[in-house]
Amino acid sequence: MVFNRKIAHINLSNGKISQKIVPKALRAQYLGGRGIDMHLLYKHMNPKINPLSPENLFIVGVGFLSGIPCLGSGRCDIAAKSPLTGAVGDSNIGGFFAPELRFAGFDHLVITGKAKKPVYLLATDDEITIKDASHIWGEDTFEAQTLLRRDEDDENIKSLVIGLAGENLVKFANVRTGMKNSAGRTGMGCIMGSKNLKAIAARGTIPVKFTHPDELIEYCMQMNDMITSTRWSKAQSRWGTMIIYSNTNTTGLLRTRNFQLNRLEDGQDLEPENIDRYSIGTSGCYGCSVHCRHRYVLREGPFAPLFGEGPEYTSLGAFGTMVGCKKMETILIANHLVNKYGLDTLETGGLIAWSMELFENGILNEKTTDGLRLEWGNEEAVFDLIQRIAHREGFGDILADGFGGAIAKIGKDSEYYAIQVKGMSNLHSDERPTPSFALGIATSTRGADHLRSRPAIDMYGLPEDTLKEIYGGPVADDYNSYDGKSRMVWWQELLYAVTDSIGTCKFQTVFCAVHAPKWEEFSKLIQLATGMEFQKSHLMQIGERICTIERLFNLREGFTRKDDNLPERYYKEPTPIGLPVARNKKIDKEKFKKMLDEYYELHGWDKDGVPKQETLKKLSLDNTLLNLS
Amino acid sequence: MLAIEPEKCTGCRLCETACAIHHEKICAPEKARIRVTKWENEGVYIPIVCQQCETPICEIVCPMHAINRNAETGAMIIDDKLCVGCKLCVQFCPFGGIIVDDKTKKTAKCDLCSGEPVCVKFCQPKALQYLDATTLNLRKRRTAAERFSEYLKKMLTTI
Repeated sequence: MVFNRKIAHINLSNGKISQKIVPKALRAQYLGGRGIDMHLLYKHMNPKINPLSPENLFIVGVGFLSGIPCLGSGRCDIAAKSPLTGAVGDSNIGGFFAPELRFAGFDHLVITGKAKKPVYLLATDDEITIKDASHIWGEDTFEAQTLLRRDEDDENIKSLVIGLAGENLVKFANVRTGMKNSAGRTGMGCIMGSKNLKAIAARGTIPVKFTHPDELIEYCMQMNDMITSTRWSKAQSRWGTMIIYSNTNTTGLLRTRNFQLNRLEDGQDLEPENIDRYSIGTSGCYGCSVHCRHRYVLREGPFAPLFGEGPEYTSLGAFGTMVGCKKMETILIANHLVNKYGLDTLETGGLIAWSMELFENGILNEKTTDGLRLEWGNEEAVFDLIQRIAHREGFGDILADGFGGAIAKIGKDSEYYAIQVKGMSNLHSDERPTPSFALGIATSTRGADHLRSRPAIDMYGLPEDTLKEIYGGPVADDYNSYDGKSRMVWWQELLYAVTDSIGTCKFQTVFCAVHAPKWEEFSKLIQLATGMEFQKSHLMQIGERICTIERLFNLREGFTRKDDNLPERYYKEPTPIGLPVARNKKIDKEKFKKMLDEYYELHGWDKDGVPKQETLKKLSLDNTLLNLS
Repeated sequence: MLAIEPEKCTGCRLCETACAIHHEKICAPEKARIRVTKWENEGVYIPIVCQQCETPICEIVCPMHAINRNAETGAMIIDDKLCVGCKLCVQFCPFGGIIVDDKTKKTAKCDLCSGEPVCVKFCQPKALQYLDATTLNLRKRRTAAERFSEYLKKMLTTI
């Protein structure tokens, strides 16, 4: 049964561990995964604590539908107060860890305190043990997992681990599992490092019983067919997320040389077809029929032989367009390095690109960068800096604190060039031609981020009637327009909050295809798997509850409307190149403000972005719900 | 036969999950008759399942004659009533094609889902296919000949 899975509270300072069944009432309000994680984070965390103090919580959450045979149902949500932003820390990770933790009997882990020496947690059938990790401390993220399998003499151990970056408290260190999967954003690996927690390993044999297994199997098959029949999914199965590059680089939607250009000239080598030179096949997460990443081998060069997985579209930007590197091989090596050390690919690339622009305009020089010539396209400098960040060496130590810390050290004049929101780097997409995306990164509760809303459906030339049918209100079909885009962002935020809570993959929703699974399909899957009945409106309300509790968390930490903003450059500098639809575009400040007002209104928040009393009441976010544990 | 082409496997484990839910009505990899064996650090994934051998060692070692071939599908089927749970079949099968149920302590194996294997339906990259051995053989030959054919085609067209 799904309902016999537990929450374990683990205090690493005193070794105390307690377990209890996840209350069904909590399921009804938040489902699981990100939803329950956010509830736990808000409820159990004291306000304004230092994110690196033992008081911070490190929460792991398995999706409500983890284990169903469709839609990549193995996703895990990781939460804490972010050391990078001070806001909601939350990152989602695929792979095979979440189902394994569920098989061990646990859906949520709430870890607090700090171990005296390096440890790892081992979750086996209904049991959690704290084990010595001295011999694993210092190992990279691949070797750490191998050692855990060897330690437990079990090839089926799945684990979440940190690398050197997490150990060295790099503020954007990630948490990793397998060769490729990463909970990349908001520095969750740094929190593990601060707790001396090298890894969480899981191995379980407790079956999960779904309510209507035969119908579930049939319906899951339909879901897989539904998603694999979309053109987007077909392209992803073949080339991975890199396929987006072909479109965005042609159009001019890619920030290049930090934020100077919006497409990479002579960037042909980064076209996804070129991965075929290195690919030995693709790889999928648990329960996924899309398999969007490549398994690649590099046979020559100083880093060879090298086996890796990916790279994602974001890495093409992080170590390609943003830093002006034009070779696929550079991406493959850099991708491998950040994975090995356990660094967020996107934050790392964003910071290096920013440093390169500062180097160009003289704010940085060879003295301040320890002799590194941070020039566009200097791949050696990129590789070098990745390693220095992970080791916190010299200039790398400055960047390891993220934009907030680095700006404080380098100087206020560097801030203008930082493409970040709430202290977190944006990816390499250029949102000046697309107001919906711009609003999405500005309002994301975890800092600049495309995966909280990714409102991309208006880019497919769909008729406005179709958009209205999906979003329940008018949305302009022109993606340069501001009209109705607040509605898109709001709606997508709710959908993705629920997707992260049932633990399926966003790529297998209306991410890039209108006829992909959404509310109705989620309702049916939940009903067949758990017996719980939710109408579309109920699920939307759950999404609203999750977004609102994240908002409450951020407000409590001192974030306000002024933090839902874009870097100044979005308003001042128009895009210089690209197709007419992407050229000479900047964000209109007044129109953006209006969009933000509409967005707050849709969420039921006031003009300052504070949830209204009636909204809190409607969502049961008054005291009654917060008393649930 | 249930043909496996590991080079196409993406390691998603949909086959395992669907197998256990279909046969045992639960989601539990341990209860699946098929299992993807992985070498994650090298990116090698190999689904392992009963090969329904022509000279089935399981049948030979079974002291109760509990394992017999289904004439229609060709699958080797364990008769639960005859099985005493000695697990000799588990020990002797060279593929690990036979699993043990924790509760009954008796054995279970792939029965080809009466000729419509659920794992095959879930395998998007077609690493698992249900086809007869001759078709598979012809396909393999064609793949093997492909490289040579390209060379030959080039040679012939340049002449």
